[in-house]
Amino acid sequence: MSALAEEIPLAERGPAPTRTVVSFGFWLFLLSDIVIFSALFAAYAVLAQRTAGGPTGAQLFDLEHVFIETCCLLVSSFTCGLCVLAMERRAQTMIYVWAAVTFILGASFISLELSEFISMFSRGINPARSAFLSAFFALVGTHGIHVTAGLCWLAVMMAQIATLGLRPKVMQRLVCFSLFWHALDLVWIGVFTIVYLGART
Amino acid sequence: MFGKLSLAAIPWDQPIPLITSAVIIVLLAAILALVTYKGWWSYLWREWLTSTDHKRIGVMYVLLALVMLIRGFSDAIMMRSQLAVAAGTAAGYLPPEHYNQIFSAHGTIMIFFVAMTFVIGLMNFAVPLQLGVRDVAFPVLNSVSFWLTAAGVLLVNVSLVIGEFARTGWLAYPPLSEIAYSPGVGVDYYLWSLQISGLGTLLAGINFTTTILKLRAPGMSYSRMPIFCWTALASNLLIVAAFPILTATFAMLLLDRYLGFHFFTNDAGGNPMMYINLIWAWGHPEVYILILPAFGVFSEVIATFSGKPLFGHRSMVIATMAICMLSFMVWLHHFFTMGAGANVNAFFGIMTMIIAVPTGVKVFNWLFTLYWGEVRFTSPVYWSLGFMVTFVIGGMTGVLLAIPPADFVLHNSLFLVAHFHNVIIGGVVFGAMAGYTYWFPKAFGFTLDERLGKASFWCWFIGFYLAFMPLYVLGLMGATRRMQHYSDTSWQPLMWVAFAGALVILTGMAFTVAQLVYSIKTRDRRRDRTGDPWNGRTLEWSTASPPPPWNFTVLPQVSGIDEFWSMKRAGKKATSGAAPQSPQPPPSIHVPRPSSLGFLTAFCAVIFGFASIWHIWWLAILGLVGAIAVTLKHSWQLNTEVQVSPQEVAEFETRHRAAP
Repeated sequence: MSALAEEIPLAERGPAPTRTVVSFGFWLFLLSDIVIFSALFAAYAVLAQRTAGGPTGAQLFDLEHVFIETCCLLVSSFTCGLCVLAMERRAQTMIYVWAAVTFILGASFISLELSEFISMFSRGINPARSAFLSAFFALVGTHGIHVTAGLCWLAVMMAQIATLGLRPKVMQRLVCFSLFWHALDLVWIGVFTIVYLGART
Repeated sequence: MFGKLSLAAIPWDQPIPLITSAVIIVLLAAILALVTYKGWWSYLWREWLTSTDHKRIGVMYVLLALVMLIRGFSDAIMMRSQLAVAAGTAAGYLPPEHYNQIFSAHGTIMIFFVAMTFVIGLMNFAVPLQLGVRDVAFPVLNSVSFWLTAAGVLLVNVSLVIGEFARTGWLAYPPLSEIAYSPGVGVDYYLWSLQISGLGTLLAGINFTTTILKLRAPGMSYSRMPIFCWTALASNLLIVAAFPILTATFAMLLLDRYLGFHFFTNDAGGNPMMYINLIWAWGHPEVYILILPAFGVFSEVIATFSGKPLFGHRSMVIATMAICMLSFMVWLHHFFTMGAGANVNAFFGIMTMIIAVPTGVKVFNWLFTLYWGEVRFTSPVYWSLGFMVTFVIGGMTGVLLAIPPADFVLHNSLFLVAHFHNVIIGGVVFGAMAGYTYWFPKAFGFTLDERLGKASFWCWFIGFYLAFMPLYVLGLMGATRRMQHYSDTSWQPLMWVAFAGALVILTGMAFTVAQLVYSIKTRDRRRDRTGDPWNGRTLEWSTASPPPPWNFTVLPQVSGIDEFWSMKRAGKKATSGAAPQSPQPPPSIHVPRPSSLGFLTAFCAVIFGFASIWHIWWLAILGLVGAIAVTLKHSWQLNTEVQVSPQEVAEFETRHRAAP
């Protein structure tokens, strides 16, 4: 078998197994999603100084608050990884436990973000105020919507494991979810660095 | 309750859209009545509307493109006739606000719903067959992509009768497209229909990139892949990389219009130039998304009908990928005049000219393939030769426009209009027609009539030159694009020539329709039972015409470029499996189960889009929830494949092998 595998180059072995095909397709989807974020980042970079007499980032952002937010999301990525490891061991209870922890951390991230947005809105700081705030709310909000969608997806996955069991199709989807979740982490690191830390200098 | 929607949204005072839409509605009603009367609904639903077979989806894409070609062309003929008469004191018959909608709709429809749709249709049909596999990577997603495109088409056409379309040109530049200057629903129709269909295109891009990179017949390494698959790969990579930019840009404009954001507004620090940059960062790759698969079609057609392998397969691949890369580095040449400065303009001008190099390589490869070949002058070859002449002229005017000082004179003139029609008609449309004629017998099992096909070609070819060569001259004389009336009557004779050209092209389109009708009527005597009517070279010709739902009973084993040609040379008979030596019972084959997911999602997307355009928020939420609900329901479905019974496979094989 291994001799055969050496003889035939990878590209000539015929159609790849479903597992490979699905992961590859999902990677492409993630890349396209990253391109959407790139466009929003570019817009933010162009408009960051265009405050139109309104508040600047340095005046607005509470780094302590954002730091807690960031910690929630980064830890949730770790627990999401533990969830997938539990799946590979077929430890159904541990899947639920780690998924629940991931969900709670993700939901905390979203609530912290919402509380930040709501406190800004209550002070009359909204996207219509300036181009800078438009770009800020669009970029951070798009990430937030992605995280919210991810939370819904995680809930659906738990329902699927409960009703359909750990069949290959379901496990494949959970792996895709974890890829998605890690990708959102990567985007957040960009947001944290460029938007929040960038505003201090 | 109904947001901005009221009876006043229907343009009662404008006879042209009113009569047109009445005719369309009557035609649609007649078709629906006929389908009901004949009892075709269940067949249509089962075999087409819910089909996950890439060949059927491809056919539906092409049909949609042909229908929209007629819609887009009626806009063109209105513009040409208006300009033929509206000189000096004459005002013509189209008021400015209507004329603005016509040129915006013409561009939007022709690029997104004719060219894109046609090209994706051809890729859908041919790529899995050329790769020697049974389907695309994600068959249900493929159906979703198609139906989302159809949803976009429907919304654009609804704008004809309910409300209005954008008056902003096909790319809706702000600040004109902002709510302050375009308060109507026209721009919203534009944005939502393109967001919905754009999502479909992005999913198709992901699907095809995965298919080409991960699903190929055993033995088909990258260097053995047919050139059409290579160009399809380049095109789909560009879709995956470029379409998200379009989605993000349109999302920002939507936020500006709906929620008072300030991305592209004049006030509060907005930056309209950012839109121009972003939209062309998508828009220039888009040009190559369209033209590269057309290059692929010409390569296949020229090699097949010259009876020779394509000259310089490897250099063709390198040229294709070079164009793919370069296409992301030239976007600024669309706005040299907008103040980027001399050095930036010089960089982008030079990059633009560099693209002519790989394109030139391709032209020479085609010429050398023809050279000393036994060329059969069929209508696909006519389209290809017409392309080579026309596209080279269009390419050269493009290089001319790439010189920034020249562009300052020619920017936004009819010279530019002539240039991009020169490359898009001469390249994409001719390529689409060549591909349509070339693969039609594979899809339906009979060939199209050659005489009518050639008549169509000559009309398009001559009509193109009549319609657009005068525009080059008019552009140099100072005529601008998007112009509804002109006072200099010395332009009028050339405008009449251009109108005559449009009429000749119209005749060409009539010949295409006649060709289809006549060929269907006489299909019994033009049947092709071999599956290989053109003496083809690539794997799609090794299976039956039309191919079975599973394409190949046994996946072909590939050992070189032009695998089917080598098989024939080695004396093997054409079979749907290229493995006639196996007397064993046919293998167990699975095909994807039909799925209503695509149709239902698109239905919800139309509701969501329409409701968002008219600010009917409860309905928009309903549409969104509906789309999520059908997707969730689908995700619980476990049996997504059906097994083809071995008897069915065996019967098919016997029937196919018995054919002469």
